[in-house]
Amino acid sequence: MTFDSSAIALSVAAGAAAGLVGCFAVMRRMTLAADAISHIALPGIGVAILLRIHPILGGVAALLVGTLLVWGIENRTRLATETIIGVVFSTALAIGSLITSGEELIEALFGGVGHLTAVETTLGLVLALGVIGFVLWQRHRLVLALVSPEIAHTTGINVQRLNLYFLLVFALTIAIGLRYLGVLLVGSLVIIPAATAKRLARSLPGMLVISVAVSIASTTLGTWLSLSLHRTPGSMIILMAAGFFLLSLLRRSGT
Amino acid sequence: MISPVEVPRLALDVRNLSVGFDRTSVIERLSFQVPRGSALAIVGPNGAGKSVLAKALIGALPHAGTISWEENTKIGYVPQKLDIERDLPITGGDFLRAKAVVVRACEADIADVLDLVGLKAESVGKPIGALSGGQFQRLLVAAALIGHPTVLLLDEPTAGVDEPGQDSINHTLDRLREERGLTILFISHDLSVVYHYATNVLCLSRGHSCFGVPRKVLTPQLLQELYGAPVAYHVHHDLRL
Repeated sequence: MTFDSSAIALSVAAGAAAGLVGCFAVMRRMTLAADAISHIALPGIGVAILLRIHPILGGVAALLVGTLLVWGIENRTRLATETIIGVVFSTALAIGSLITSGEELIEALFGGVGHLTAVETTLGLVLALGVIGFVLWQRHRLVLALVSPEIAHTTGINVQRLNLYFLLVFALTIAIGLRYLGVLLVGSLVIIPAATAKRLARSLPGMLVISVAVSIASTTLGTWLSLSLHRTPGSMIILMAAGFFLLSLLRRSGT
Repeated sequence: MISPVEVPRLALDVRNLSVGFDRTSVIERLSFQVPRGSALAIVGPNGAGKSVLAKALIGALPHAGTISWEENTKIGYVPQKLDIERDLPITGGDFLRAKAVVVRACEADIADVLDLVGLKAESVGKPIGALSGGQFQRLLVAAALIGHPTVLLLDEPTAGVDEPGQDSINHTLDRLREERGLTILFISHDLSVVYHYATNVLCLSRGHSCFGVPRKVLTPQLLQELYGAPVAYHVHHDLRL
């Protein structure tokens, strides 16, 4: 892989998408869910490899099915989302590790360094722009539903449907980063920049801007470093994000 | 010639309302009516189903029976408590702007409602977790008022507010009812406030329920049955009921 213009564009778009979605995921206390949902991709990747189709397509399909499953169980039972995600993700991980083996499993878990095809880049850009558009367009509804689902309900928002859309957008964001970061690390790109922004920001626009900036800085610098040091991009990107988070700890809370 | 009796138009008509969770019934076959422009107080001990009733009335809970709001009713809702983290970087302004955008109100409406509830602009610039109890309740009332609602449904709107703050919020709500013809439904534990501001009272308790004018309905005997203990309250001298 080279750090050409398409790779830079995808890094920036994926970073912006992850930064925006991450803000609402962190504020909705979905920190664990982000990691767990990403693992749902694994059986899809395994099945895709068996069927000789693109692994990412299998991962995306599994993520969407898993998300609908989590949402469906949540609405039919009174179980907490985290409990349902915990059960679904462990099952997905067990199935995934059974049908994926060796090198393929390592690449699925930690991401790959192979060349991005034009189709992959285009699909990634389209998905990322869709995710960015959704969050910016729906941010006011998301804020109301976050502060009080009942207040949101009285304004005519279908909170249940909004939650489903958010979970699907969340799953798509995970899917965008899957190729680069792998199943184990992709959730961190959604969570760490947003967690950093939550510590530093004092308003919603502030949080969105800081989260996107940290996320884009992590994806672009991490990708560049991975090429320079011949390491997998996933590890470098997450280390960069973790570095920004550690720096944010220098700021005392409440100041 | 006998002149026709003027029947007040109803803002809300509830018939045989039942709400329950997992086979446990919380509200059973409850019926009451709320005339437009009136103030209904909902009282009862903890666990009687007051907040459940409020959520059912806004359509946020599944229920049996009928809840009929007057046509074109717009509800401004103030929840009892919010399940959010205190360190959220969402300011009062972010919250009010979100409500204004969703209900298609203009920026000027935000300034109007802040003025009405007596909340200063600098308070609105703070994260909502950094607001005092009184400021936060005023913010919730302000948010409820955005979009020109016809009905306000308030679940303990003055909980956690000091006494002067409570008086101020209650006076504001009463003034809005008189000036704008708002219908107000409020849940309260403060019977003095109920006597002072409510035109009708609905009491909820397992095994007991009552509905009517506070002075007639809330007898010491009924209150003792309702709460299981004698209840002290102060009836203001300027009672208008």
